[in-house]
Amino acid sequence: MPTPTDRRYTKEHEWVRVENDLGTVGITDYAQDQLGDIVYLDLPSPGTQVKQMEKLGEIESVKAVSELYSPISGEVVEVNQEVIDRPELVNQSPYDEGWLVRVRLADTAEVDNLLTPERYDQYVAQAQET
Amino acid sequence: MVTFAGWEMPIQYKGIVEEHHAVRRRVGLFDVSHMGRLEVTGPDAAVSLRSLVTYDIAGLEVGAGHYGVVCQEDGGILDDVYVFRLADERFLMVVNCANADRIRDWAHEHLAPSLQATMEDRQAETVMLALQGPDARSHLARLVPPLAEGLRPRRCAEVSLMGVTAFVSRTGYTGEDGVEVVLPSEAGVGLWKRFVEQGVQPCGLGARDTLRLESALLLYGNDIDTTTNPLEAGLAWVVTLDDGADFFGRQALLRIREAGVQRHLACLKALGRGVMRAGYPVLHSGRRVSELTSGGFSPTLEVSIGMAYLPTELASVGTEVEVDVRGRPLRAQVVQRPFYKRPKAG
Repeated sequence: MPTPTDRRYTKEHEWVRVENDLGTVGITDYAQDQLGDIVYLDLPSPGTQVKQMEKLGEIESVKAVSELYSPISGEVVEVNQEVIDRPELVNQSPYDEGWLVRVRLADTAEVDNLLTPERYDQYVAQAQET
Repeated sequence: MVTFAGWEMPIQYKGIVEEHHAVRRRVGLFDVSHMGRLEVTGPDAAVSLRSLVTYDIAGLEVGAGHYGVVCQEDGGILDDVYVFRLADERFLMVVNCANADRIRDWAHEHLAPSLQATMEDRQAETVMLALQGPDARSHLARLVPPLAEGLRPRRCAEVSLMGVTAFVSRTGYTGEDGVEVVLPSEAGVGLWKRFVEQGVQPCGLGARDTLRLESALLLYGNDIDTTTNPLEAGLAWVVTLDDGADFFGRQALLRIREAGVQRHLACLKALGRGVMRAGYPVLHSGRRVSELTSGGFSPTLEVSIGMAYLPTELASVGTEVEVDVRGRPLRAQVVQRPFYKRPKAG
């Protein structure tokens, strides 16, 4: 699956797509593939304040549990109820239907701290070599 | 790939859930060559094994097999094993990967030197495959029709397969119908390829664990070890105490049976979302009463399941407990063992 070019990435394999001051957050195709069958998501409720690269929630697959990190700081304004009910959506459509939360950005300049799609692809390629 | 007791083994080929469902609905293939395979032969083979294994394996007919455990003197479990009688004076004992040497050493140390029996490790020269699922025997039938038809549950036979003599038993570790095959390594690789060509799904360690957990089949090192005894682990059915034959741990197990066990290995099913995993604390009325020996997500029940030793008064079906999922409480209930039972063939 090609890495979408309309968003930015973290080294923890989350993505954020920013429109105005609203950021949609999810995990990458590489992340969902590494995790395997996702069965449970623990996501923050709307109103929760999150900080860039601090814990956003947890994601459980049959194999293991992993922490989710927020790519950006701000207030959670929406949680994708679809993925709560059908966590496998994250495996099936990590960049689209499988988004996790929407965050109202506290500081749009923070986006510059994140990886571009090209840099993220390089990062994953390196991770796979080792 | 992960390293499992020195063996490089895949967690999954296609995905744990997909492989899991393949076995429950159709058929899957596991490479279980890491399992120890000890062949015990000699005039005293039966007597020797009987003194090691809790079950009356000396009473097995030729061609029959049974599950049992090997205990130390205090009743603690050294290993769980499957013993097959190949001939009057020849047995195959399948033991856990990490325990094969331990069992051999234990036998050498504890069995009377006057006993005429030898124990040989067949692991290095053979491959062991498990073909599991409702369609398993029809896939075997394409290679050895009469055997696949005639082999009853827990029975074994030595047959010609892939041009060599192979051991085949109607056993497994998934809760489904199926067979396990032991054969020389090269032929074993050929058999794997043959089954895959027939459309059988290769399955890894991940699905092996979810399948065995749903069926409440125990995992040595997790659910049982030297600090647990077979009576509290729910394995009284593999402990033959009343045939008079002695075996290691018998005196201790008689005492434990007399006194009554203090705890039981209980099956727990989560009542909410979240995944219980091995090692998580189990609480009752806010007090820590145990921890999970196994846990995970059940693809069949679509909820988390696990096992834990609970004090006898809490181990009955319906009791509610809480599992501490990394600081978040998850309610769970004691349910019937096993979690999953395959539908009876129609």
